[in-house]
Amino acid sequence: MDFGMLTRAVLSMGILGGLFASGLAYASVKFAVEDDPKKQQIEEILPGVNCGACGKPGCASYAEAVANGELGIDCCPVGGAELAEGIAKIMGVAPACSTERKVAQVLCQGGNEETFDKSEYKGLPKCQVADMEENFKSCEYGCLGFGDCAAVCDFDAIVMDENGLPQIDTDKCTSCTKCVVECPRDIITMAGVSEQVKTKCKSLLRGKEVKVACDKGCIGCTLCAKKCPVDAIDMVDNLAVIDHETCVGCGVCVKVCPTDAMVETSF
Amino acid sequence: MELIAINFTKRGDIRVKTKTFKQGIHPKYNKDLTNSKPLEKANLPKEVTLYLDQHIGSPAKAIVEAGDKVKLGDKVGESTGFISANLHASISGEITAIEERRDSIVIKIKGSEGEQWQVDNPEKNLEDISAEEIREIIKEAGIVGLGGAAFPSHVKVSTDGKEVNQVILNGAECEPYLTVDHRTMLEQASEVIYGLKALMKSAGAKEGYIGVEVNKMDAINKLEEVSQKDSNINIIPLEVKYPQGGEKQLIKAILDKEVPSGGLPLDIGVVVNNVGTAVAVTEAINYGKPLIERGLTVTGAVNNPQNLIVRIGTPIRDLIEECGGFKGEPGKIILGGPMTGQAQSSLDVGVSKGTSGILVLSKDEIEDYKDPRPCIRCARCIDGCPAKLMPTALANLAKNDDVEGLEKYNVLDCIECGSCTYVCPANIDLLDWIRIGKAKVEAKRREN
Repeated sequence: MDFGMLTRAVLSMGILGGLFASGLAYASVKFAVEDDPKKQQIEEILPGVNCGACGKPGCASYAEAVANGELGIDCCPVGGAELAEGIAKIMGVAPACSTERKVAQVLCQGGNEETFDKSEYKGLPKCQVADMEENFKSCEYGCLGFGDCAAVCDFDAIVMDENGLPQIDTDKCTSCTKCVVECPRDIITMAGVSEQVKTKCKSLLRGKEVKVACDKGCIGCTLCAKKCPVDAIDMVDNLAVIDHETCVGCGVCVKVCPTDAMVETSF
Repeated sequence: MELIAINFTKRGDIRVKTKTFKQGIHPKYNKDLTNSKPLEKANLPKEVTLYLDQHIGSPAKAIVEAGDKVKLGDKVGESTGFISANLHASISGEITAIEERRDSIVIKIKGSEGEQWQVDNPEKNLEDISAEEIREIIKEAGIVGLGGAAFPSHVKVSTDGKEVNQVILNGAECEPYLTVDHRTMLEQASEVIYGLKALMKSAGAKEGYIGVEVNKMDAINKLEEVSQKDSNINIIPLEVKYPQGGEKQLIKAILDKEVPSGGLPLDIGVVVNNVGTAVAVTEAINYGKPLIERGLTVTGAVNNPQNLIVRIGTPIRDLIEECGGFKGEPGKIILGGPMTGQAQSSLDVGVSKGTSGILVLSKDEIEDYKDPRPCIRCARCIDGCPAKLMPTALANLAKNDDVEGLEKYNVLDCIECGSCTYVCPANIDLLDWIRIGKAKVEAKRREN
């Protein structure tokens, strides 16, 4: 066997390798890109789902925005208070005041059973389109039931039930607010988990008209407002509005509501 | 430079030189149901429903209260900005309610004493009125574009220092079924010409054009006859094609000018109005009559289709009854024409200033919703699009929530004529998706 040839090959490759290695070593020092270590740290603790709820295209750009001081530490609704604390530690700032976990809530109980169709809708089965077209549903404020919200949810937290209403799995909900933006009838809202009762109706119509349109609508009878022991309910435009600061969650309003429009929330 | 497509269209024994725009579609017109029926005044309604936002722009503000007595032509809604319009009582009576709805506020007036607007004043000489006065009359009378979009007319002629060379009256009436503009041009030709002159004067334009599709040869001849003495007014025969009456398409056909993307006809010195609007302007100047009534076609599956002059706010139930009721079982009731109109779910809806027709389609004429099949890349929608957009690409961008892409492909230039959906062999709801896309782009622009 020709050892000379083997030595030559090993030597030449070794020298070449050494040359390239030193070139790379030099380049890595000379052309190093300075990256904010804070950005990297923040990115590591972000959820990494790239949902865009913070207003940035993804988690990496949100991390960069926080590191640059462009956005606040509490803009990620998915991570919530825990994450905000973590980011606050990295950024060396005081943690933001209590960020209660919020989840999406559907403020409508007018499904197929409670409402009826005034006319037959024969178009693209999408709430946004149906809302622009004819007003086929008896309640002009209520859920259209085509599930735009379920389709837009990245976390599979919304399913349309048999009654044609969206059901929200509060454990899966990350409060990214995409469904709130998507709903053309504005019936989805973000509610803090401590809020114990909700008026599940958005109709501003007078009681008589609500009664015709839906079995479970708020008819503006003011019974709940009168019976509330802490005066937490106000009537605004024929609708009971609850002040959650004052509300003690006693559930009297739920019991007195003649149309079951008041509902106790369950988180 | 592109040449205008000049075609010869054969009508009876005569060959007419017609102008048109590029692309577009040829739907079935079905105009013979009503095109020989004269315009008649409809029975006066017992109750009217007036929407405060029945024009484009900011909604009017109610200046009356429930219980007030109003007389025919009294102002009940005041305009709340430059792009806004006044609203007048279309019958004498009592205001029964001012109701807040989800998307608008309505004023209801009850009671009618069969009153008509006095029209005995002699025709005013246009030379005695200044351009400013004409604008003020139009604004005060609450006149909006009667073609369908209901854009306040005084805004169109407020040139704001820009030079206007041409005023075009839109008599194309390319929407299938509708014939009210046709009858207006035929029966009120002198009012149309007078209105055109008034609009030309208020905008400071030297030339006037009236574009009419050649399926209305009698109207073309009549307008030619009336405007014989006016050398600066031209009647232009147009090819029968949809959407020939689109503002931008009409300008392209008649003047071979293109409105820049995102711009208005005013940017190229053109003002376009409907022929019905011109008649309303004439009546406002000569009789001081506000926009309390308009012509419309009640057609389709009704027993006696007619062209009617109806008071604004008349419930469509009354009008359908006046036309002999439904013929067979109704499947769809559309306000406007079949291409751009809006389907209704209630017969209590009141006619608004932008309602050019009531079309009833019978149950047999309505197809069930069919799930769209995959796009076969036939490009019929692209060949048909009068705005030269790519509907199929825009629909996909809207589905994928790509707002930047939608802006790049000029989604806001879509005139929502519906040609793409009409020709699509795969049943794709192109226009619906494009509308969603437009809403997304507009929402993003509002945010910034």
